[in-house]
Amino acid sequence: MWVLLIVAVIAVGWMIGAYNGLISLKNQTVNAFKQIDVQLKRRHDLIPNLVNAVKGAMDFERSTLEAVIQARNQAVKVNASGPEAMKQISQAENALSGALSRMLVTVERYPQLKATGNIGQLQEELSSTENRIAFARQLYNDTATQYNTRQQQFPTTLVAGLAHAAPTDLWEIEDQAERVVPQVDLSRR
Amino acid sequence: MIGFVLFFAWLGFGGDYVWSLQGHHPFPWVGIVLTIVAILVAWYAYKTGPEKVLWATGARELITPQDDGERQLANVVDEMAIAAGVPRPRVWIVPDDDPNAFATGHDPRDSHIAVTRGLLKICNRDELQAVIGHELGHVKNLDVRLMTTLAALVGAVLLVREGMGRTMMYGGRVPMRSGGSGGSGGGGRRSKDAGPLLAILLALWVISWIIAPIITQLLVLAVSRRREYLADAMGAQFTRNPLALAGALEKIEGAAAPTTAIKRGVAHLCIVDPLGRRFTNREGWLADRLATHPPMSQRISRLKQMGYVELKKEGGSFTSSGRG
Repeated sequence: MWVLLIVAVIAVGWMIGAYNGLISLKNQTVNAFKQIDVQLKRRHDLIPNLVNAVKGAMDFERSTLEAVIQARNQAVKVNASGPEAMKQISQAENALSGALSRMLVTVERYPQLKATGNIGQLQEELSSTENRIAFARQLYNDTATQYNTRQQQFPTTLVAGLAHAAPTDLWEIEDQAERVVPQVDLSRR
Repeated sequence: MIGFVLFFAWLGFGGDYVWSLQGHHPFPWVGIVLTIVAILVAWYAYKTGPEKVLWATGARELITPQDDGERQLANVVDEMAIAAGVPRPRVWIVPDDDPNAFATGHDPRDSHIAVTRGLLKICNRDELQAVIGHELGHVKNLDVRLMTTLAALVGAVLLVREGMGRTMMYGGRVPMRSGGSGGSGGGGRRSKDAGPLLAILLALWVISWIIAPIITQLLVLAVSRRREYLADAMGAQFTRNPLALAGALEKIEGAAAPTTAIKRGVAHLCIVDPLGRRFTNREGWLADRLATHPPMSQRISRLKQMGYVELKKEGGSFTSSGRG
């Protein structure tokens, strides 16, 4: 009789612990997802500064600069939510990354620009922002993996239904073209 | 923390038991006093640890970056904080030319990371990032809290041993030296069911008193070494670039002169042993037991193994000195 009681208490205790663990991981996953947005927004805010800084010297590269501004405005407009959210955001952000990298390559061709300290600083900020976005995605993937694993492992699966735990998607590259290693051609001019 | 207090309770109430055997008053005040002392010591060490450490090294906080190096450091710390999923720590710079870094702070919400000028000079961005990743690994694992508590434990064990030794002398009947004797645990004891079991227990208790400080210190060092390996692994996980950390460790070891700004008390918190103790780098049983940090070559080879495993998957090749 007593043994049954003790076993029941231990079982309930374990259930509470497992349930709380799942809830905690779910919230951490959501948080990590939003963190990506924070870094993306930072990039959006930084780009106009960069374009203004180079505009004076790069008169002939109008189209490149305009492409960047347009891509940035597109990315800011995307305000998606729901399961398609990730895809839309990824597409817009990837387009922006592409335009940005083309512009940065062009900046390399103007040595007098590098001489002014401002550009160096802005480039460091930009590359730091790209790193942050990458790390935020990494954190999201790590947390989502942890959450998925915990849901699927044996004793916790019993509680998963109770906690409304659903497997989350990882951030991944949608566009196969992204996977191609970029060619950097330094031979011109 | 709880273990720390319980350990003291055990020692204290054991002392009371000895006393009660000798016919003194049964009220277990020794146990209670020891437990209170333990709680006070733990609380004090907990509260004041981090600030004292930073003040002792003469570190200067980095609030607004003044030059490119500082800007890079601030960015690198931000990036690693994102990757680790901890709030941004406060950054300090220690004016010492020897490369080193440490982290303090009991809670990830209130943590500090300090790097020396020497480290900023010799590391490139990736290596700096790997070192910061290692330190944030310490922060995330609450290693500072652990090591501070353990250090307080060692200190308190020494302190209390002095006190107990004196009390026992005045108690008169059980001099410390008699610990080894299996038979009667103390002259003048008059209890009736003395039995050999009791005597053995008593002997064990006295022996554990004598070697308690040594054992505690060894345990603390063992914990410290494991946590260093763990922090290395976490740094590699955050950056996904174990070779960068291996490179940083190699550079730091190459430049190693003792870091004079960082004192002994903080040694276990640093990425490499700041006192340049020779046995930290030697391997072998005794050196392994007495060092706060694992041997550098072992750390580097473990990291390289992580890196080469990565390279192998991508079909890359590795040319330098074999498999670490």
